Amino acid sequence: MAEVVLPRSLVALFPGLPRRLPVEAATVGELVAEVDRLAPGFADRVLTVGPAIREHLNVFVDGELADLPTPVGPRSVVHVIPAVSGG
Amino acid sequence: MTRTVMLMVGTRKGAFLLESGPDRRDWTVRGPLCEGWPVYDVSYDPASGAILAGSGSPWFGPAVWRSTDLGETWTHSSAGLTYGDEGPAVTRVWNVTPADGTLYAGVEPAGLFRSTDGGESWTHVPGLREHPSRPQWQPGAGGLMCHTIIPDPADPAHLWVGISAVGVFETRDGGATWATRNKGVRAEFHPERYPEFGQCVHKAALAPGGSSTLYQQNHCGVYRSDDAGASWTEITGTLPSDFGFAIGVHPRDPRTAWVVPLTSPEQGRHMPEGKVAVWRTRDGGSSWGRLSTGLPQEHAFLGVLREAMAVDELDPAGVYFGTSTGQLYGSADEGETWTAIAEHLPSIASVGVAVVER
Repeated sequence: MAEVVLPRSLVALFPGLPRRLPVEAATVGELVAEVDRLAPGFADRVLTVGPAIREHLNVFVDGELADLPTPVGPRSVVHVIPAVSGG
Repeated sequence: MTRTVMLMVGTRKGAFLLESGPDRRDWTVRGPLCEGWPVYDVSYDPASGAILAGSGSPWFGPAVWRSTDLGETWTHSSAGLTYGDEGPAVTRVWNVTPADGTLYAGVEPAGLFRSTDGGESWTHVPGLREHPSRPQWQPGAGGLMCHTIIPDPADPAHLWVGISAVGVFETRDGGATWATRNKGVRAEFHPERYPEFGQCVHKAALAPGGSSTLYQQNHCGVYRSDDAGASWTEITGTLPSDFGFAIGVHPRDPRTAWVVPLTSPEQGRHMPEGKVAVWRTRDGGSSWGRLSTGLPQEHAFLGVLREAMAVDELDPAGVYFGTSTGQLYGSADEGETWTAIAEHLPSIASVGVAVVER
């Protein structure tokens, strides 16, 4: 199972959501949907129209900048990180 | 239970709640709330007892925050707060207005949403964006947003909205169809001085005691309408500037209103001569009086934004305004005398007030 690492500012919006959690997903898009199932509203915070990842958030899969279709492997580490460009 | 005056302040770094007894003398401060998100409007819904905050995070998008325990705990939602995957993306919620069990949210890019479940989910009111003028809507300096929502307390199907820089619209069928309501309002930045739309309304408010008298502070002057917005009469009169953002109306007297004139957009948008003053009319705008007792009178180049003035329901009415540099001032005597309630908050976008039991 992949591991997703979430920023403090994002988990603060969802009481009980841990900073790190295992997620079964084949792509970043599936991963977001899976976390949204655990924490309803999560996808609204991470995705904008398209759908696409919000402008000032970056998602990295195993250290590489990713997008929603990017594959996620069973041992991948996925970081969601607020971008400096947000302010 | 104690009767409490609660000021609800939206800032660029979260919401703040300030509370006092009815004497409005000593205030406690709580905040920053809403996880430090920029907050553009905070409202109290007397029907449910909830506090609602319109917000938009650069990272996490738009949301309406909600507290059902007077600010102790908060949830947030943007479920349905979208124009769909074709966009445009909704970036911020500029206004949340309760209307007898229904909530309305005004957003950027300009549009109107409605919630009938207390803010858990939202539904687009498409009629406004379907107005034939929409392809020609132009943003103001702050963006293209629906920042003012005025429900008619006598008719739930009747409301007005304000959009910058488009003007005032009115619906009488619950939002299905809308009509422009800008007759008599100047647009000095437009090739036509009195266009049908394109006026930069900064804030509008409904006077008490009926459904016909409205006031607005515009980019180009202050106006009153006595026919529900069908026509407007300029009442700028002796004000030191026709520019300003905020306007407040009295809870019981339809002839009393307050504004905060600022220097022109090209000259800084601050208090004229660095002297802080609120101006009040007692006669529907025929004349204005300058109120500054207790307010800084030198080197005070402060600005007050569109949502940053509020008037409470007590007698005499309390008047409050916040500045874009974090000062919050209040008057417990309708503007005669003022005190600084807080001086070092983040940049204030909005001030709301409610009298609650706690």
